[in-house]
Amino acid sequence: MREAIASLRSAGSAQLLPATRLGGPMPWVIAIMVALTVLAMGGALALANFAAHTRAGLEGVLTVQIVEPDPVKRNAQVSRAAAALSAASGVAEVREVPEAELRGLVEPWLGAAATSDVVTLPALIDVRLEGAADAATLARLRGELAPVAPAARIDPQSAWLGPVFDTIRALRWLAVTLILLLTAASAAAVWLAAGNALDTNRETIEIVHHLGGNDAQIAGIFQRSVLIDAAIGGIAGLAFGAATLALLGTRFAALQSGMVESGSLSAVDWLVIALVPVAMTVVAVFTARRTVMARLGRML
Amino acid sequence: MMIVGGDIVRFDNVGLRYGTGSEVLSDLSFTLHAGRFYFLTGASGAGKTSLLKLLYLAQRPSRGAIRMFGGDVVTLPRTRLPTFRRRLGVVFQDFRLVGHLSAFDNVALPLRLSGVSEAELRQPVADMLEWVGLGTRCDARPATLSGGEQQRVAIARAVIARPELLVADVPTGNVDPEMALKLLRLSEALKRLGTTVVVATHDVHLLRKVPDSLIMRLDHGRLADPTGALRYPPRRQPAAMGT
Repeated sequence: MREAIASLRSAGSAQLLPATRLGGPMPWVIAIMVALTVLAMGGALALANFAAHTRAGLEGVLTVQIVEPDPVKRNAQVSRAAAALSAASGVAEVREVPEAELRGLVEPWLGAAATSDVVTLPALIDVRLEGAADAATLARLRGELAPVAPAARIDPQSAWLGPVFDTIRALRWLAVTLILLLTAASAAAVWLAAGNALDTNRETIEIVHHLGGNDAQIAGIFQRSVLIDAAIGGIAGLAFGAATLALLGTRFAALQSGMVESGSLSAVDWLVIALVPVAMTVVAVFTARRTVMARLGRML
Repeated sequence: MMIVGGDIVRFDNVGLRYGTGSEVLSDLSFTLHAGRFYFLTGASGAGKTSLLKLLYLAQRPSRGAIRMFGGDVVTLPRTRLPTFRRRLGVVFQDFRLVGHLSAFDNVALPLRLSGVSEAELRQPVADMLEWVGLGTRCDARPATLSGGEQQRVAIARAVIARPELLVADVPTGNVDPEMALKLLRLSEALKRLGTTVVVATHDVHLLRKVPDSLIMRLDHGRLADPTGALRYPPRRQPAAMGT
């Protein structure tokens, strides 16, 4: 492996610069940056998947509450509302939530009182629309229910999770910002390393210039060195980051929560994550070239 | 492309100062002709190394005009300098070998930079090292070579690509007399191929060993012209300065 890397380093460059001086800690720096970027990217993708899955599941779902203390009137309104909703266009499914199920849902919070008649609960009707619960559909259904069930309140389920989606969106932006910062930090590390390597090898570079070497040839040496360092670091960073993500995935899967599973990473997501070291390598090589060419431009 | 007989270098009122200091070279005007052998002499501090730096394009003049190989190298964009530098061979005063490269790789460097393939350069480089007496030291790093051996590597590196202008800064200072003569014979051979040779030296004995050589003497940054070499047409070197 070491020989293969050495031959790559020397390919076409005639070993103009000592490889050991160019390498240094660069592979480690790139490995750490790639690992952190992979984790941030994995987190962002998982959050995106979770948000998309949850939104898709709730997009066409409505909850109709009949808030009427009189049980007789409440039941009558429930029947009329269910009938009106079943007849309404764009409604795929209507289900009256049984009172026992409702009391079971609130029992963890209300205790034994939930199962007695002491606490009056509103009646609920779950409605699944054929399409999304947009404002126009909601207004139309409210209009149709108002005459038959004046105590009815229609709420799209996605509205309840609005703050959650806002938080997820903020976290995703945070992850994107983190990725950009890590990329910038990697570029800065390469800029510093390339600058230091240039200073260290200034005498050799001057000789190469005097013998007719051009800037592109010298920059090519640095590019190759950074390419190899970034590739080695990138693979190591990807391995660590991907292993960490996979481990976290199995831990979350063990929770057996449908909500958590909806945030699992797809094959496409893993492909995107696998491109992180490639992108980081491109950034590193580009930065090295720009740095070297700019610095050489100040030499005669 | 080799220029034979024509002007290969022309200086017009060239001056050089480093930073804000006084001029180290002043009012240099001369012409170097293709295929001629020039000795550059002068006391220490006379400006020989500065003039050589102008010749091997390590420095731009503070004023004046320099034409080399038919092109204006003062206003030449730095991106085109490599093309001109590949037509030069330089033996630096301090040799300037690349420390981590072997003798073979140091000599092969100009050819590699010119894009010559490994297969094509292997034999000429080996032959050149053999010629300078280092055939058995091809893999030696400069740090393991003596001063004289390092200089021979530097000489081999300077001439391996058959330069049109060979610039040597005191090339015989550290080599033995036999090697010095060998170097001069090589320089003469190059001269016959059309290469212009400029050798800066303190060694007055060398001046007598190259027939038809011309002398450029620097004195406090100004050029004297004892042989008339710098006028056009150049005056024949006096017999006393020849063999």
